[in-house]
Amino acid sequence: MRLALEAIGVVIDGSSILDHVSVDVGAGERLALLGPSGSGKSTALRVAAGLQRPTAGRVLLDGADVTRVPPHRRGIGLVFQDAALFPHRDVAGNVGFGPRVAHLPQAERDARVAEALDLVGLAGTERRDVTTLSGGEAQRVALARALAPRPGVLLLDEPLGALDGPLRQRLQDDLRELFERLALTVVHVTHDVGEAFALGDRVAVLRDGRVAQVATPEELWARPADDWVARFLGMANVFADGDRARVIRPEAVRVVGGEGAVVVAADRDAAVVRLRVREDGGRELEAVVVGVDVPRVGERVAIDVDPGGVVDVRVWRPEMQRRG
Amino acid sequence: MDRHRRALSAAGRAAAVVLPVAFLAVFFAWPLGAILARSLVVDGRPDVPLDVLTDSTTRDVAWFTLWQATVSTVLTLLAGLPLAWALARFRFPGRSVIEALVLVPFVLPTVVVATAFVALLPDDIERSVWAILLAHVFFNVAVVVRVVGAFWAGLDQRLWDAAATLGASPAERQLRLTAPLLAPALASAASIVFLFCFTSFGVILILGGPRYATLETEIYNQAARLFDLRTAAALGLLQLAAVAAAVLVSGRLERRLGGGRRRSGAARRPAGGERVAVAVVVVGSLGLLALPPLALVLRSLQVGTGYGLDHFTALAHETPALFVAPWHAILNSLLFSTAATAIALAVGIPAAVAVASGRRGLDVALMLPLGASAAMLGFGFLLAFDDPPLDLRSSPAIVPLAQALVALPFVVRSLVPALRAVDARMREAAAVLGATPAQVRREIELPLLARPLAVAAGLAFAVSLGEFGATVFLVRADWPTVPVAIFRFLGRPGEGNVGAAMALCVVLMALVAAVALVSERALVRGRPR
Repeated sequence: MRLALEAIGVVIDGSSILDHVSVDVGAGERLALLGPSGSGKSTALRVAAGLQRPTAGRVLLDGADVTRVPPHRRGIGLVFQDAALFPHRDVAGNVGFGPRVAHLPQAERDARVAEALDLVGLAGTERRDVTTLSGGEAQRVALARALAPRPGVLLLDEPLGALDGPLRQRLQDDLRELFERLALTVVHVTHDVGEAFALGDRVAVLRDGRVAQVATPEELWARPADDWVARFLGMANVFADGDRARVIRPEAVRVVGGEGAVVVAADRDAAVVRLRVREDGGRELEAVVVGVDVPRVGERVAIDVDPGGVVDVRVWRPEMQRRG
Repeated sequence: MDRHRRALSAAGRAAAVVLPVAFLAVFFAWPLGAILARSLVVDGRPDVPLDVLTDSTTRDVAWFTLWQATVSTVLTLLAGLPLAWALARFRFPGRSVIEALVLVPFVLPTVVVATAFVALLPDDIERSVWAILLAHVFFNVAVVVRVVGAFWAGLDQRLWDAAATLGASPAERQLRLTAPLLAPALASAASIVFLFCFTSFGVILILGGPRYATLETEIYNQAARLFDLRTAAALGLLQLAAVAAAVLVSGRLERRLGGGRRRSGAARRPAGGERVAVAVVVVGSLGLLALPPLALVLRSLQVGTGYGLDHFTALAHETPALFVAPWHAILNSLLFSTAATAIALAVGIPAAVAVASGRRGLDVALMLPLGASAAMLGFGFLLAFDDPPLDLRSSPAIVPLAQALVALPFVVRSLVPALRAVDARMREAAAVLGATPAQVRREIELPLLARPLAVAAGLAFAVSLGEFGATVFLVRADWPTVPVAIFRFLGRPGEGNVGAAMALCVVLMALVAAVALVSERALVRGRPR
C-alpha cells in the first residue's frame, strides 16, 4: 500500500509543529523519518495513523484521501516507542486484539496470533503476562500486535528507543529481515542516523517541522542538502563561507606518513578509528581509517583530500525557513 | 456525523461536571449556608452571636477541642513512625498482610472504635481523656503508616549511600537526610490526623461522656438535646472557620509533598540487629492494634461470669432502648448503605471523569465534604431540608443522601488515579488496531476500571455502614442504623444494654471487614506489577 502525506501542516496551541510536510512512500518501500527531538517526526507519524488531525494538507492511502478517516478504519499498524501493551491482557490477548475487534472467527484469530508471534521470534509465549516481559520482548509483542491485523502500512515510533546495546542491534537486524520478508510499506521514526540508514530504503530528514531532504542513504551521504544536514548526519568537516559551505566527507581525507599536520585525537569504534587531525595552518579535519596499524595522537602526518569527496552545499539559516 | 458526535461528547463532558456540581450545591453548600444563615441572621437582620462565641463554656469547649486534637496528633505520630519505618524500609514475610491489617482500624466505624475502648479499658478510665486519646491514636495510626510509609519507601536509597560515601555517620544521615526528607510527609500526615481528631465525633460522644465536649459534640448537644439551634449554629460557625483553616494548611502541605513518591524504593531484608528491631516494632504494633477489637469480641460473648451467645440472640427481641428490635437496625444499615453507595457512584463517577480530565477546581470542591465534618453536615441537613422547597426531614432518603456525601470524596479519590492511569496511548493503540470508540470503551477502559470501581463501591459502602455523625442527626427514631443503635444502647445502664452494643459492634465490624476485604483484594489484584 502506498502512503502519501501532502503538504501537511499541524498547529497545536498556536505553535506550528509541521509545515508543508510532503513525503511519498511507495508500496513495499521503507522510509525512515529522521530528525532531532522536536523536529515533528512523531507528529508526522501520528498524522499518518490518524491520531492527529492535520490543520492543513491531505493523507492519501493508495491515492484515496483518508485525512478524515478515524484511525480504527485506516488499516494502519503503529508500534509505540515504549510498546504501550494493554496491562490487563496476556500476550495473546494483546496480539489478538486487532483480529478480535475485527470480529474474526476464533480459529482465525488464534492462527494470526501464532503467526505474528512466530514472525517476531516469540512463538509459544501466548499465555505470558505482559507485565513480566523484558523491554525487548515487550517491543516484539508490540510489533506482533501491530502485524496481526495485517496492516497495509506499518508505522514505528522509535521502536528501538527504549533499548540499548546488543539487544538494540539484534532487534534492528530482525526488523530489517522482517520488513524485507513481508514486503511491507514501512514508515519508521528515529533520531538515530545509523538506525535510519539501516532500516530505510529512503530517509526523510525533518528539521523544525519541515522536510530538509529526502534521499537514499547513499545520496544523503554523498550530497547532503545543506551544512545543517551534513552536520546532523555526523560530518565534522563542514566549512561555511558566506552562503556556501564546503563539506569534506571523512573517508575522503587520507592520512599518510609525512609532514604538514598532527593527530590530535583518535577514537576507536570497533574496526573503525576516527581521527582528528590539525593542519599546521590551524584547520582541523576528521578522517576515518580502519585496521590496527593507525596513526597515534601526537604523530606528524600528511593529509591528502580526494576531490571526489568534497561537496559544495548551501548554508542553512533558520530565517530562511521563516521567510519561506 | 463527526460534528454531531463531537457535540454529543461535549454535552457528555458538560454533564460530567454539572451533575456533581449540582449535587454539591444542593446537598453541601446549601446545608452549610443554612448554618451560616442561622448563626448570623435573626428575623432578617444580621446578628453576630458574640454572646455565644465569648461565653466561657464555648471557650472551654474550643480549648479542649484544640488540646485533644494536638495531643492526639503528636501521640499518633509517635505511635505510627516505627511501623512506617519497618514497612517502608524492609522486606519480610507477611509484609503485605501487615500493610492491609494496619488499615483495619481506619476503616472501622468510629462508634465501633469507641465501644472497643469501653470494652478494653478498666471501668474507672473507660470514659476519660485517656480513653479519647488512645482511641484517636488507634484510629489514625494507619494514616501515619500509609502517608509517611509510602513517602519513605519512595525515597531513593542511594541518597543515604551517597551521604555515607561523603563521610556522614549513621546518626548524621538520620539527622541531615531522613529528618528533612520526611518532614513534608510528616507534616502532611500530622495535618490529616489533626483534622480527623479536631472533627472527631463518635469517639468523643461515647468516651467523653458528659464531662468532655468538643465543638462537634457540643453542636449535637445543643441542637439535638437542648434544641438551642442558635447556639448550635454559632458553634458551627466557629467549627467551620477552624476546619477551613486546617484544610488550607493541610492542602498547602500536601502540595509541598508533590512528586517524590514516584520511585519504588529499595526495600531490603533486615539484617543483624535490624531483624530484632523490625520484629519488635511489627509484632508490638500489631498486638496493640489487635487488643481493642479482641476485647470487643470477648465482651460481646461475656454473659454474667461465663460466656455465651446471649447478647447476639437478644438482638432479635424488642428492647426499650430502641423503637424496634435491634436486628432491624442491621437491615436499615444495609438498605441505607446500598442506596448511599448507588448515589455516591452516580455522582462520583462523572465527577472523577471530570477531575481526571483536568478540572482541578472540582477536585477541591469534592474534597470539601471530607473536611467539613459529618456532624456539621447532619446539622446543616437538619436546618436546610426542614421545610419547603425541599422537605426531607421525615423522608428516609435524607440518610443515604448525607451518607453519600460523606462517601463521595472516597469514591472520587479512588477512581481518579485509575482514570488517569488509563494512558492515552492505550486508547490510541486500540484505535490503530481497528477498535471503534465503543470497542475502546468496552475492551480497554472498562476492564482497566472494573477493579477501581469495585474498590470505590466497597469504600462507599463501608463508609456509609459506619457513618454516625450525620446519621445520628437525621435518622428517625424508628429507623435506627447499627451505629445509632449502638450509641443508644451505650447511653443506657445495665449489662443487657452494654452487651447488645458489643454484639452489634461485632456484627458491624464483621460487615465492614467483609466489604474491606473484598475491595482490598480487588485493589491488590488490580495493581499493576
